[in-house]
Amino acid sequence: MNDTSTGHGAHGLMAEFETPDELLSAAHKTYGEGYRQMDAYSPLPVHGLGAAIGFPQTNIAVISFVCGVVGGLVGFGLQYWVHVIEYPINIGGRPHFSGPMFIPVAFETTILFAAVGTVLALILLNRLPQPYHPVFNVPDFERASQDRFFLCVESSDPQYETEGTRSFLQSLGPVKVSEVEA
Amino acid sequence: MSEARKRRPYEPPASELGPGQTSYTSVTDKISSVVLTPHTPIQWFIVVGIGLCLIGLLQIAIAYLLYQGTGIWGINIPVGWGFAIINFVWWIGIGHAGTLISAVLLLFRQKWRTSINRSAEAMTIFAVLCAGMFPVLHTGRPWLSLYWLFPYPNSMGIWPQFRSPLIWDVFAVGTYLTVSLLFWGVGLLPDFATYRDKARHLVTKRIFGFLSLGWRGSAIHWERYEMASLILAGLSTPLVLSVHSVVSFDFAVSIIPGWHTTIFPPYFVAGAIYAGFAMVLTLMLPLRALYGLHDFITDRHLDNMGKVMLVAGMIVGYGYFMEQFMAWYSASIYENFLMENRMFGPYGGSYWALLTCNIIVPQLLWAKRVRTSPYLIFMVSMFINVGMWLERFIIVVGSMHRDYMPSSWDMYSGTIWDWSLYLGTMGFFLVAFFLFVRGWPLIAIHEIRTLLPTGKKH
Repeated sequence: MNDTSTGHGAHGLMAEFETPDELLSAAHKTYGEGYRQMDAYSPLPVHGLGAAIGFPQTNIAVISFVCGVVGGLVGFGLQYWVHVIEYPINIGGRPHFSGPMFIPVAFETTILFAAVGTVLALILLNRLPQPYHPVFNVPDFERASQDRFFLCVESSDPQYETEGTRSFLQSLGPVKVSEVEA
Repeated sequence: MSEARKRRPYEPPASELGPGQTSYTSVTDKISSVVLTPHTPIQWFIVVGIGLCLIGLLQIAIAYLLYQGTGIWGINIPVGWGFAIINFVWWIGIGHAGTLISAVLLLFRQKWRTSINRSAEAMTIFAVLCAGMFPVLHTGRPWLSLYWLFPYPNSMGIWPQFRSPLIWDVFAVGTYLTVSLLFWGVGLLPDFATYRDKARHLVTKRIFGFLSLGWRGSAIHWERYEMASLILAGLSTPLVLSVHSVVSFDFAVSIIPGWHTTIFPPYFVAGAIYAGFAMVLTLMLPLRALYGLHDFITDRHLDNMGKVMLVAGMIVGYGYFMEQFMAWYSASIYENFLMENRMFGPYGGSYWALLTCNIIVPQLLWAKRVRTSPYLIFMVSMFINVGMWLERFIIVVGSMHRDYMPSSWDMYSGTIWDWSLYLGTMGFFLVAFFLFVRGWPLIAIHEIRTLLPTGKKH
């Protein structure tokens, strides 16, 4: 989660598991042990894993809602400005401010802004694009996108201590534990 | 096959996947084997070859259109909206199934959608691109359509007419294309990462690494990803309903007999779902056979899609019935005449063909045997594809060629350029879809993984 600035040579220690359930229970135990700076890697979303490593509820929904409201106002405001202020033109005697006729476009801009905001929030909050990350150095890590499950305790954690953490992770029954080069 | 046909009380299957796919590894390997291989099936080249020929036709048709103007088409006064609008509505309608599968069925927690949502979304995007060509070309001078259609401060100081449904169309279709692309792109990220990690060739690795934006499957990323997917599905659902409603407003807001009716929005949306599912089946059945995807697209998928088509078809049938009823109930001589002309006028044959394709033939879907037989359901889908095109032909041409004043009546038929453009967009669609199938993950691998039991060692 954080960059390594604690003087340890490594980004952290990575334990590899075979199933989502093993990873989930390992994450719970690691959090229970007092570790806070960690992340888990899996080829599919594992329900409850975010909470297990202490990640609070994501606030993307709030961002989407705000973007949607802004989009609706922008869409409606644009039409009002065009037809009432900037370019009023009498067509068939219809009122310049013909509110109901402005609804479809305002609706579409609401959806558009909310969707674009959601995706931007997803990408930016995740700090993507990020072509390089230390975890990619772990041997076998390419299986994190295929069929293996990883838990990384990061060296920025105050409780991190190479040998102690390694033996703790070993006690969780992983396939193996490897050091993540920074 | 014969087992599936045996009558027995319905019980939901234990898994949405076929018996051959039991582990994360096998799922990943099977789906990525379509792309990460130097071998391309010969059938792929044949389809793309045909598609490229049709794209050539498309280019000629467009070039001549731009040189000569829309006079090369069959349109006239009173039929100012010919093939361009028919094909626009037809393509847009086809696109709707993709969003329905990826968004609406996600909200309803229909897990079987997982195997088909990615390719259905691709179909949506390519269909919308095909659809978008028609209105723009129909303007005759597409290079000017920029300021007719988009609100931007141009040097002439003029603005689009926001009270017109045609401008609503621009916003609806534009938003639809953008949101579909975003939804599709977000879903692709984890699968691109899988391809990056599985690829052996350095260039392939780099390309998928670039496309995956460095996705690493972090739990925190997944948490946000799941929430974003859910929100996008929630946004796409009203969006997809609005798009075809807005398309139907192009007709319903006018005062032409047969168009000026309130049933149009729901009836168009149902028709879109109907046409879209038919096109999904038209594409997926040959693809399943070509790449041996029977474990992912099982008989159950065909069964479910058949049921959706049956329901949508019934709603469309209700729409046809209501049009008849309202023509009589309105006691308007113009509406009355329209219906009589639609059934027994010069284009009467296409109305009966429409009823056959869209109402009578799909009744076969009541039989489970038909729904689970790839050949039979494919045939039914082809009927629906044709029927939905006929429906738009009847709506557009049927209403316009004989409106209020008999002195202005005229006949309409598409010219060779109309047909070239239509066939050309089919070629574009085929090539785009097959390039997608060959190069990108055609099934959402990470979503398929969630269908497997979590406690098992793989």
